[in-house]
Amino acid sequence: MSGHSTYVPKSAAARWLESRLPILGLLHSSFVVFPNPRNLNYWWTFGGILSFMLAAQIVTGVVLAMHYTPQSQLAFASVEHIMRDVNYGWLFRYLHANGASMYFLALYIHMFRGLYYGSYKAPREVLWLLGFIIFLLSVATAFLGYVLPWGQMSFWGATVITSLFSAIPFVGDSITTWLWGGYAVDNATLNRFFSLHYLLPFMIAGVVVLHIWALHVPGSNNPAGIEPKSDKDTLPFHPYFTVKDGFALVCFLIFYGWFVFYVPNYLGDADNYIEANPLQTPPHIVPEWYYLPFYAILRSIPSKLGGAAAMFGAVFVIAFLPWLDTSRVKSAAYRPLYRIFFWIFVACVVLLGYVGAQPPEGGYVLAARALTVYYFFHFLVILPLLGLFEKPRPLPATIADSVLGPKGQGLSTETNPMPGQ
Amino acid sequence: MRLCSIFGRAIRLSLIVVSTAALTGVPVKVSAAETEQQGQATGSHEAAKPERQSWSFAGPFGKYDPAQLQRGLQIYREVCSNCHSLKLIAFRDLADPDGPAFSEAQAKALAEEYKIKDGPNDAGDMFERPGRLSDYFPWNFPNEQAARAALTAVPPDMSLLAKARTYERGFPLFLIDPIIQYQERGVDYIYALLNGYTNDKDPNWNEYFPGHRIAMPNPLSDGVVDYSDGSPKTVQQYSKDISAFLMWAAEPKLEARKRIGFRVLIYLAVFAALLYLVKRKIWARLHRGGANPH
Repeated sequence: MSGHSTYVPKSAAARWLESRLPILGLLHSSFVVFPNPRNLNYWWTFGGILSFMLAAQIVTGVVLAMHYTPQSQLAFASVEHIMRDVNYGWLFRYLHANGASMYFLALYIHMFRGLYYGSYKAPREVLWLLGFIIFLLSVATAFLGYVLPWGQMSFWGATVITSLFSAIPFVGDSITTWLWGGYAVDNATLNRFFSLHYLLPFMIAGVVVLHIWALHVPGSNNPAGIEPKSDKDTLPFHPYFTVKDGFALVCFLIFYGWFVFYVPNYLGDADNYIEANPLQTPPHIVPEWYYLPFYAILRSIPSKLGGAAAMFGAVFVIAFLPWLDTSRVKSAAYRPLYRIFFWIFVACVVLLGYVGAQPPEGGYVLAARALTVYYFFHFLVILPLLGLFEKPRPLPATIADSVLGPKGQGLSTETNPMPGQ
Repeated sequence: MRLCSIFGRAIRLSLIVVSTAALTGVPVKVSAAETEQQGQATGSHEAAKPERQSWSFAGPFGKYDPAQLQRGLQIYREVCSNCHSLKLIAFRDLADPDGPAFSEAQAKALAEEYKIKDGPNDAGDMFERPGRLSDYFPWNFPNEQAARAALTAVPPDMSLLAKARTYERGFPLFLIDPIIQYQERGVDYIYALLNGYTNDKDPNWNEYFPGHRIAMPNPLSDGVVDYSDGSPKTVQQYSKDISAFLMWAAEPKLEARKRIGFRVLIYLAVFAALLYLVKRKIWARLHRGGANPH
């Protein structure tokens, strides 16, 4: 990113703007000529998909907020008003609700891509930490948003999670009362959750800007895990990756559209179509699917403080990944042992998710505990030790070599300034 | 979630005790733990699983059958409305062409049969007036306490019942459901429930209700509603029609959603195909080599 951009404005209007605020040049250098490794696969398209989904959630959310009433006696009915009377209100509601699920699907794929290819390793540690902050903010945003329809699951999910803060020794009860704005989840809680739910996505957007800035310092990682060495290794972002990201986005939208139009309530909970009743607990309080692994970890420890600590620990351990993984080799493509443990970890998380949706009875209790232990074992024992004992496969000399073999014929030479030059 | 302090357990048990009493209207036995294990609602292992029925509104091209919805409305008005409210449906909704498809005049006449409380007038008094298209279906009871006093439990509002009820599909069916577009679990459950009063000696025993004890005794019997269009006057027909009506009441925009969905997905599929071809053409430049594409 250092050095002046190569952008030459073509029109007088563009020259006028560029000399006053060089935003056109910034956009040009960041998203037109920016060099990307030529061997990126489709797992790299999810960052762009996530940016789109964030914008989509903000747009649909702002429209919904024009018709929603954040008051405990009126909220549920206002959502039904949106579904029945507001023109295309049903569409905005289903887009926003399913959009949250699609956002998390893309987010988890994006994160697992990072895990597999070592995208969190030096020099991208700050990039990873910024991504972790985005993840935290997203989890908070979705939690706040789910409370707003004020259904049974909204109310009771809010009660369960906010009650966790009372586990903090000495100050827990005071903090929880302060959070609630009262002695239980009630209208005051709903009102402030609405305010925060509107606020947080714009904070996410700000951190996303930092995230892309931090990315553009070293440039993207790639499936081989070796840094570009010459412009033979890269291609300009436009048109190669604009069109590839665009195609991936449209495919993702088809998947998204399938849910919105054909099975819009599949990912939700039927109990949330019952208005919140503080005097009646649902038989099974279950969060949305994207929280299930952490919910399983929470329930697996038979102590309120221990469970909450384990759940938050399971989230925060992700931030320490750059320092837990001791391997010098980035990509799992060249780490045959790590690859096995990666897929075992994926299976562990998926199974934790399944167990999180079941009642905490019988065999599920033992399963949840075993899987929770393995989850932490992966991060705190396996990853540090693997880097010390694993014998990685020999790395290719350059990215171009890994794409086309050592001869590297038939590659057009793009003249691209490398990042940092 | 297990609140494992003694205090937490006591709170949870008392909540379950209260809600069991509320749901069944039956004095709760000593062992509340037993009731808890038998299952409260959607998670019960004992209640039978409803079967999949065929519905006119199922599938990507599903539509409501206006005649069926009109029969369902008749069942609601003659049977269900004695206890249940339908407070999210307005009389104007009955003229929905994607729903019951009454004419506006018919809907207006139906509205005028109801007495709606309104006011205060200029003298400061509340008064009753005939219903208008803009009014919502009134409830037979002035408030929940009156309903509970008369019926021992509060009958749930029916506007969203078809989306508020479901049953466990289990593994691996729950993975297949979004692919085959099975989203009628609510109405399948309601239909099964209405045909599930299989114990002649116990009017509150239902095969499909979790825990088997339901506060509502069998509301339907053969011949209880007089259909004028020749449809069979059987419990099976009644339960099919009322379930379809409840599905419309919960999802009045279903037809528009599926119609628009089809067009959107076709558009996106064509768009994806075109983008893919463009992507291939652009990336093929790399095999030609030499020239700088800029």
